[in-house]
Amino acid sequence: MMNQEIKLSVSNIEKSFPGVKALDRINFSVKKGTVHVLCGENGAGKSTLMKVINGIYKPDSGQILIDGKVVEINSPIQARSLGISMIFQELNYIPEMTIEESLFVGNWPKDKFGKVDWQEIRKQTVELLESEKLSYRPDTKLKDLTVSDIQMLEILKAISYNSDIIIMDEPTSAITQKEVAVLFKKINELRERGTSIIYISHKMDEIFRIADEITVFRDGCVVDSRPKDEYDMETVITQMVGRKLESVFQKEDIAIGEKMLEVKGLTGEGKFKDVSFDVSAGEIIGFAGLMGAGRTEVMRALFGLDPYQAGEIFIRNKKINIKNVKSSIDKKMVMLSEDRRRFGIIPIRSVRENVSLSSMKKFIYGGRLHAEQENKTVADFCKKMNVKTPNYETAIMSLSGGNQQKVVLAKWMVTDPDILIMDEPTRGIDVGAKHEIYKLMTMLAKEGKALVMVSSELQELIMMCDKIYVMAKGKVTGVLKREEFSQEKIMAYATDTIRQEGVS
Amino acid sequence: MNMINNSQNLWSNIKSKYSIYFVLIVLFVVCWLANENFVSTENIQNISTQISVGTILAFGQTILIICGMLDLSSASVLALAGVLSVSIYKTTGSLTIAFIVAILVGVFCNILNGLMVTKFKTPPFIATLAMMTMARGAALMYTNGQNIYQIDEYTKFGQGQILGMPTPILFMILLLIVTWYLLKHTVFGRSVYAIGGNEEAANASGINVDRIKMRAFIINGIFVGIAGVLFMSRVNGGMPNGAIGYEFKALTAAVIGGTSFSGGIGSASGTLAGAFIVGFLDNIMVLTGVNSYLQQIVRGAIIALAVIYDIWAKTKRVGRKKGNAEG
Repeated sequence: MMNQEIKLSVSNIEKSFPGVKALDRINFSVKKGTVHVLCGENGAGKSTLMKVINGIYKPDSGQILIDGKVVEINSPIQARSLGISMIFQELNYIPEMTIEESLFVGNWPKDKFGKVDWQEIRKQTVELLESEKLSYRPDTKLKDLTVSDIQMLEILKAISYNSDIIIMDEPTSAITQKEVAVLFKKINELRERGTSIIYISHKMDEIFRIADEITVFRDGCVVDSRPKDEYDMETVITQMVGRKLESVFQKEDIAIGEKMLEVKGLTGEGKFKDVSFDVSAGEIIGFAGLMGAGRTEVMRALFGLDPYQAGEIFIRNKKINIKNVKSSIDKKMVMLSEDRRRFGIIPIRSVRENVSLSSMKKFIYGGRLHAEQENKTVADFCKKMNVKTPNYETAIMSLSGGNQQKVVLAKWMVTDPDILIMDEPTRGIDVGAKHEIYKLMTMLAKEGKALVMVSSELQELIMMCDKIYVMAKGKVTGVLKREEFSQEKIMAYATDTIRQEGVS
Repeated sequence: MNMINNSQNLWSNIKSKYSIYFVLIVLFVVCWLANENFVSTENIQNISTQISVGTILAFGQTILIICGMLDLSSASVLALAGVLSVSIYKTTGSLTIAFIVAILVGVFCNILNGLMVTKFKTPPFIATLAMMTMARGAALMYTNGQNIYQIDEYTKFGQGQILGMPTPILFMILLLIVTWYLLKHTVFGRSVYAIGGNEEAANASGINVDRIKMRAFIINGIFVGIAGVLFMSRVNGGMPNGAIGYEFKALTAAVIGGTSFSGGIGSASGTLAGAFIVGFLDNIMVLTGVNSYLQQIVRGAIIALAVIYDIWAKTKRVGRKKGNAEG
């Protein structure tokens, strides 16, 4: 199985964007029939290199070789014809398309009149779905599928092109443990068929489960590249961040103060039912559960993004009505959304405007904008959050994901909240930035803020929280205190296989 | 990540941010060289007066487009507001009341636009298309399709002068300042940019999206009303068929001025520059005797070129353009 033949290699690839050198003389190669994992912090250059290999970016200099021959790749379509497929981190799909349409998009088989041959498409789709033992109907629309279904389809699409090289950019950032297992089985099959897989991930446990070889990137350069057996987790992390990190974050003891938020019997029709919980100053509570358990929906309703049909919300023991987001912010409750691009940032506007977005009245009063005050506050909070940006007038979309997330955090910090709801605060963020977020959360708890953390990563919930609520099918199925935490217990409640007395 | 050449970065920033003013200056110089009559106080004043009504509409459009919307009804509502205003003037003899009526009509129609967009979730294109047809119909019905003449003092609005400066130019400058102020110095303006840039994120950041959209339409309505008064006053009568096509003049000025149709980008001064680019071009083509049909072709080509240039300059700034075009 472990063939030593080199399938793909790049030599001396360089790529600059205005103001940034994204790739600096990159050399690396992937062997046939292996899984090659790329690690590195956000902005280290992994995704940029993959986009170069996929023909989305043109390198400033350097070569790409497939089977030892120099190739020029100018577009993803050309990449596909060379046997390269890419599964993107942020899935871009057309919700109204059906499964069969999306599988063949851009590559529709035509009949002899040049008309799209739908019968052929149906036939091939059914074959493909059957051969992979997937039970979807070919005419199901993508909008009716879950994110993980769509991810599986993307993988299917890559397989259907008979690609020799499949690039997966953080494929597990949006899927559950169970689906990860399915994905890994698929990857193993592909590897046995001789396909080379380039796998980008931040998750250490995953990396060591799946990798044959590991290459670590930092600041646009390759730091090191070795077979998995010559690596351990500590080394990878150290190489990634360029310094030693405590690989396990230690929760600090923080005095728990008065009750800040209490939710009683919150119900959102068809989404969640009878959800009750409370959180006090200095406390971090967690929400665990599988995808679709209703955690995000509860938080959205609580924050005023969606209506709720029943239930009561108390802040500092006073019953309040949440009509919209504005009323939540006024009550000093804010929410970091799981979908940063959609709900977190105004991509084309500057870092400055994004930071002051929710506190504009602090800078615009007395009939004018107080620019100096705004600039100072923005700079202060960006420094506090350790945002890396050329300047504060840069469009936020040109920053890396981790830095965008820190800008969103800065935005909320400017509003001086008492209660922070954080939905997947570390999704798609590298180890170094994750630690920064944990530290920040600890700091906020120490300042007496109440934190609600929704996460799909059990380890981080167990590490950070004082109490964990587990949800399944729209209901709270279990509540665990810190001394009762264990992955097994949480998973049991999340899959609703045990019932706790007193909790419906 | 390494910073390379910060000054070069700054320069490309300036280039894309102020690109439209470069175009305006270059065009001005070219016109100057092309015809000796182009640069004179009288000619420049003429151009400014001619573009004033369209530019005032364009300021309203700018706010709406930045917010991710647009107004196809502005010229029709201008006509309706204008004829009603003229007719009220003829019955009451009061310029003040006539002026106020025009603004009220503009605001009323735009509240309807706003309601269609915010309450009934109609796309702005469709909502204002409907209003465009209705308002023109209402203007024609009210006047029975006849122009209203003999408007006496009413001509003061559009043909008067204050300190030697024609009133339409003064109105244009005043509304330029108002638009600039609203966009740069108010919570409303910031919210307009945010909504146009990403409506869902704006909402999730505590901005009342519907309220801001409504306000944008109301402000547009005020501008349209003022434009209605100026237009009728300049043409010496209440003309229900007046200003046909002005909504596109306004859109043209805004787009040439760098307002992005995808929302979130644009400025009042950019729109003014856009309006002057069109004004200069029209003027120089008349002065040099360019065939009037050819003038239209040139005008159209300029819109296309301006937008292509703008997109090119912006992609370069953001660095999303692929390839080695950074040079």
